[in-house]
Amino acid sequence: MVRRAKAGPIRVLIAKPGLDGHDRGAKVVARALRDAGMEVIYAGLRQTPEEVVRAALEEDVDLIGLSILSGAHMALFPKILVLLKAQKAGNIPVFAGGIIPDEDARRLKKAGIKAIFGPGTTLQEIVTTAQRLARGAA
Amino acid sequence: MTGSTRLPPLAKAIVDGDRRALARTISAVENGDPAVAGVLRALYPRTGRAPVIGLTGPLGVGKSSLLSVLIAHLRAQGKSVGVVAVDPSSPFSGGSVLGDRIRLERKANDDGVYFRSMASRGEAGGIAASTREVTRLLDAAGFDVVFVETVGSGQVDVAIRGVASTSVVVLVPHLGDEVQTLKAGLFEIADVFCVNKADLPGADLAAKDLSELVSLGAARDGWAPVIVPTSTTTPSGIAELWTAISAHEAFLDQTGHRAATERARLSAEIAERVRDRVGRDVAERLTRDADLRTLLDRVLARTLDPASAADELYSTHYATK
Repeated sequence: MVRRAKAGPIRVLIAKPGLDGHDRGAKVVARALRDAGMEVIYAGLRQTPEEVVRAALEEDVDLIGLSILSGAHMALFPKILVLLKAQKAGNIPVFAGGIIPDEDARRLKKAGIKAIFGPGTTLQEIVTTAQRLARGAA
Repeated sequence: MTGSTRLPPLAKAIVDGDRRALARTISAVENGDPAVAGVLRALYPRTGRAPVIGLTGPLGVGKSSLLSVLIAHLRAQGKSVGVVAVDPSSPFSGGSVLGDRIRLERKANDDGVYFRSMASRGEAGGIAASTREVTRLLDAAGFDVVFVETVGSGQVDVAIRGVASTSVVVLVPHLGDEVQTLKAGLFEIADVFCVNKADLPGADLAAKDLSELVSLGAARDGWAPVIVPTSTTTPSGIAELWTAISAHEAFLDQTGHRAATERARLSAEIAERVRDRVGRDVAERLTRDADLRTLLDRVLARTLDPASAADELYSTHYATK
């Protein structure tokens, strides 16, 4: 397996798993990451966990960002983490944003989601975290 | 395919259908990582097999949607498909939003499709510098058909012509009057014209303007571009589009144009690689070597002109005979 050349830009997948159609946040984040020099693969709405993982592997991303506002995060996020591990891709960091109650956020972080951003998060904070997570990736 | 046991491990993994090995190798190619040179060398004999179909045309004409329905059409025939879809990089941040995947609809866990988004990374012309090499990887990986979707193209973005065996120029109704079809550039590179969104009013007129263009002698080397109206919402015209593409591929084989075109392209590619290498070498020497710094000083002092300096440098350092 080749090692990633450090020269390349950070590649990040932004996807919306589940059935809600509120993609404004995901688009704003995609744009901010673009302006920070990243190559953002925007996978769009209504992605199944399988589709998210497949896109991440085909696109060889350093990082995955999930946006969700449907409330189905406790079902979908852990499934994505499990599928990534099953594909030996558990080292790709996953961060998330949306409407996620604090208690759920704690459990999701314990399950392996690296960062969770709720309403009021600044774009700078998301960019900085994304850069840190991508650099830490194997 | 036979003989894969003699390949280096990473090349063998790609040939054996390991999509992650393919994905990582594509990244390495994009990043200019010299570590994969051996893999590319080992895979090259396995290329030149799959047709490489270029989809180009202005932004918003429906290239990604068209690609999605074309993929479905080919999957129904049992053909596997590898795709590289290019979107622009920012001239300011170098970043990009690669959004061609959002139109992709396919069955879950269908290994017969591999879709890769690619940023243009500063390259003009509609594709990235590494796009050609990536189409070779997809070819060597065994896909029956390889597609390249260009960035939304302007009139001079014709680089796809040097990579694709068949170039499809995708247009829509009301892009302009028939004078637009007379202009040089994009309209000249089409092997197939696709008038997409043909369910909209004006599609007939667009197709008529194009057929007049073709009747004026847009035909190159005995091939007259075929005009196909399509719609991806219905969808309609997709089988006809693939038939037109296949007809052009058959034409290339039957007339010997494939071999001739390939010879010209490879010649251009080798020349380009040598030019890049020599150019970098010269730039480095002009700052490093004492005699060349003196040469540069003379140009700076206006006692020698740049063309003569280049002649002198070339004849002393590169000309062998």
